Amino acid sequence: MSGRPLIEARGLRYRYDNGTLALDGVDFRLLPGETVALLGPNGSGKTTFAHHLNGLLRGEGFLSVCGLAMEQKNLAEIRRKVGLVFQDSDEQLFMPSVLEDVAFGPLNEGRTPEEAREIALAALDQTGMRYALDKAPYHLSAGEKKRVAVAGVLAMNPEVLVLDEPTTFLDPPAQRDLVTLLGRLEQSKVLITHDAALARALASRAIFFQRGKIAAEGPVAEVVERFRWEATPPAVSAPDRN
Amino acid sequence: MHIPDGFLSTPVWLALDVTGLPAIGLLARRARRELEEARAPLLGVTGAFVFAAQMINFPVAAGTSAHLVGGALLAIALGPAAAAVVMTAILAVQAFVFQDGGILALGANVFNMAIAGVLAGYLPYRLWGAGGRRRAAIFAAGALSVMVSALLAVSELLASGVPVRPAAMAFLLVVFGVSAVVEGAITVAVVRGIERLSPQIIRQTAAERSWVLAACGAGAVLLAAAGGLVASTNPDGLQWLGGQLDILGRITNLFTAPLAEYRARWLGSPWIAKAAAGAAGALLVGLISIALGRAAARTRSA
Amino acid sequence: MHHVVLERWSRGASFVHARDARVKVLVLLAYLVALATTAPITFAAATCYAALVAAATVAARLPLAGLALRAAAVLPFAGTFALFSILAGDGGRAASLVSKSYLSAAAVLVLAGTTPLPKLVRGLESLGVPRFLTLVIQFLYRYLFVISEQAQHMRLAALARGGGQLRFTHAAGAAATLFGRSYARAEGIHGAMLARGFHGRMELLAEPRLGTADVLFLAAGLAAAMALRLAMGAVG
Repeated sequence: MSGRPLIEARGLRYRYDNGTLALDGVDFRLLPGETVALLGPNGSGKTTFAHHLNGLLRGEGFLSVCGLAMEQKNLAEIRRKVGLVFQDSDEQLFMPSVLEDVAFGPLNEGRTPEEAREIALAALDQTGMRYALDKAPYHLSAGEKKRVAVAGVLAMNPEVLVLDEPTTFLDPPAQRDLVTLLGRLEQSKVLITHDAALARALASRAIFFQRGKIAAEGPVAEVVERFRWEATPPAVSAPDRN
Repeated sequence: MHIPDGFLSTPVWLALDVTGLPAIGLLARRARRELEEARAPLLGVTGAFVFAAQMINFPVAAGTSAHLVGGALLAIALGPAAAAVVMTAILAVQAFVFQDGGILALGANVFNMAIAGVLAGYLPYRLWGAGGRRRAAIFAAGALSVMVSALLAVSELLASGVPVRPAAMAFLLVVFGVSAVVEGAITVAVVRGIERLSPQIIRQTAAERSWVLAACGAGAVLLAAAGGLVASTNPDGLQWLGGQLDILGRITNLFTAPLAEYRARWLGSPWIAKAAAGAAGALLVGLISIALGRAAARTRSA
Repeated sequence: MHHVVLERWSRGASFVHARDARVKVLVLLAYLVALATTAPITFAAATCYAALVAAATVAARLPLAGLALRAAAVLPFAGTFALFSILAGDGGRAASLVSKSYLSAAAVLVLAGTTPLPKLVRGLESLGVPRFLTLVIQFLYRYLFVISEQAQHMRLAALARGGGQLRFTHAAGAAATLFGRSYARAEGIHGAMLARGFHGRMELLAEPRLGTADVLFLAAGLAAAMALRLAMGAVG
């Protein structure tokens, strides 16, 4: 975990059209090989921050991704390098079939239909979803959709994966499968999650967002402990009945 | 009022397929040229919304309920050109998936609902939606959209020889009237709801009003509907109409004169003249619709 | 729900399912034109047209009774105008309206029941329908189920709150909320498209070529429609 940062942000600020200040001076670094967990209350700016990383939102301050400044001319390249997995799989999987959806990225990169098909199939293999290639997204379970979404992003060969609350709506087996899959992927990752266990399993470092600012940074266990950011801490058991 | 296959006579469905569908095709191709494919998801999702919204039952009276048809709502929310495309997509899905409306009859249904119905649902809003009479304008938009589509449909049926005697016609007109009023009411309620919840979505009508253009469009649409009814009940009606409107008369003569010679070759069937005149009328309305669509689309990009 | 059942049918397996969408559309059109231009439609003619549809249904391994039942959705509309015709003394017209609209609906069901809509729409595009329109149809269909389910939930929630009766204002509110959510969803989709490199034009995968079986099916279908039509008499 060393080398030039893959993502570097300094003093990032963003204000929504309605006036809300969503990011209030955020500094951030992602080093190669790292997985960083973003924790914090709803509305604290985590998703807004994530949407800056691939240029969907453009705020004030300094932001550089894989050595490229966040400018119009770099957007296409940046979006190849940073793969964003959205929280709502139904928004992410917008094509009529799984294969067409995963091939969307490669086709937009200028690949021929044959190349795009091959790349898509490989990505589906990587996420174990090849069997679903002809299926329509609404026929899939939440877990299957999430894995197809990851495949769609992997098909663009990114260096960074940004995942926005990936385990929401997944049942425990699907969550386990996803954790296993993510653990196998080599890319550096930014993981927005409410799931402390997920953060512990995958991330080396955690950042706690609060009202658009970073309130704390450090090892996952420490941050979770400090903010009591755990729904059911492992030490708690059902009360004794006397 | 989705017309199934097997109702319209060949001249009628063929003429409308040949004029109505290419008209939408022109709109769609223009959208592609102007790199509007980014809008396809919004249009598609809005179309899905209309479908889903049709499942919401609005109580009308004494246990009956009605549902939103949506032409005016689409026109108000998206503008007439986009609304026409969405409506066509809806009609296509209704025809293929739900067998609501025929396949050969798609031209007719598209003309009635996606072109004329959308126009009739947009013009009142465009003309009067900015002033104090906004609610009335939106109500009129909803009501007219349904009324015009229904009248055109009945005209086409009559022109195809489907017998609708005065009693049946009265019944139909009552049903159309009630549907129109209901649609107006639902459209007003839903538009107001949207304005409250998501005010930025409903575009405000432009300050400038192109009276001439709007009046022409309104005139053309109502004329087509009324003319259709008159023509079909009175076989000479087309000639009479043609005489009244010099242009239409000249076009009709252009078609029928040379073709009169060939009539004998078509086994004595006089449907060519009818079809030509009908097509000319439909084409006229179609061209006006496209012109309006373009004008509206241009001013829309604010 | 009807479209759910049709979705299931369309993803089945049969000789007809496996044929190219373009070919199936063309055969359907030939059948519909033959049927529409057959006038007057005698009982014998209607039986022949019905037999053709029934044969296609069986070949497609679709449930005959189920299909026959679903085609009956046209009957209320057709029946009304058949009634008008009978009252006006034109019994022949009544029979024509009912038989033609019913058989046409059945034929369309065979197409829809053997071709998933996205494939059907890509086929239509190959036949000349503009891409922008087919894209809108594809997105409409993609989100039809999702938004319909949302509407169902909202309807039930509103009914529950209203004690079993859906009030007009509540219905309007539900529709408005649904619209707002749909609009927001469309924005989310746009973001997802941009995130994976969308630059203004939708690029699509290639369609497979026509196979021999497809060409043979096309020839046979067109021939059958033409033969039936010619056997029925002069141009109507």
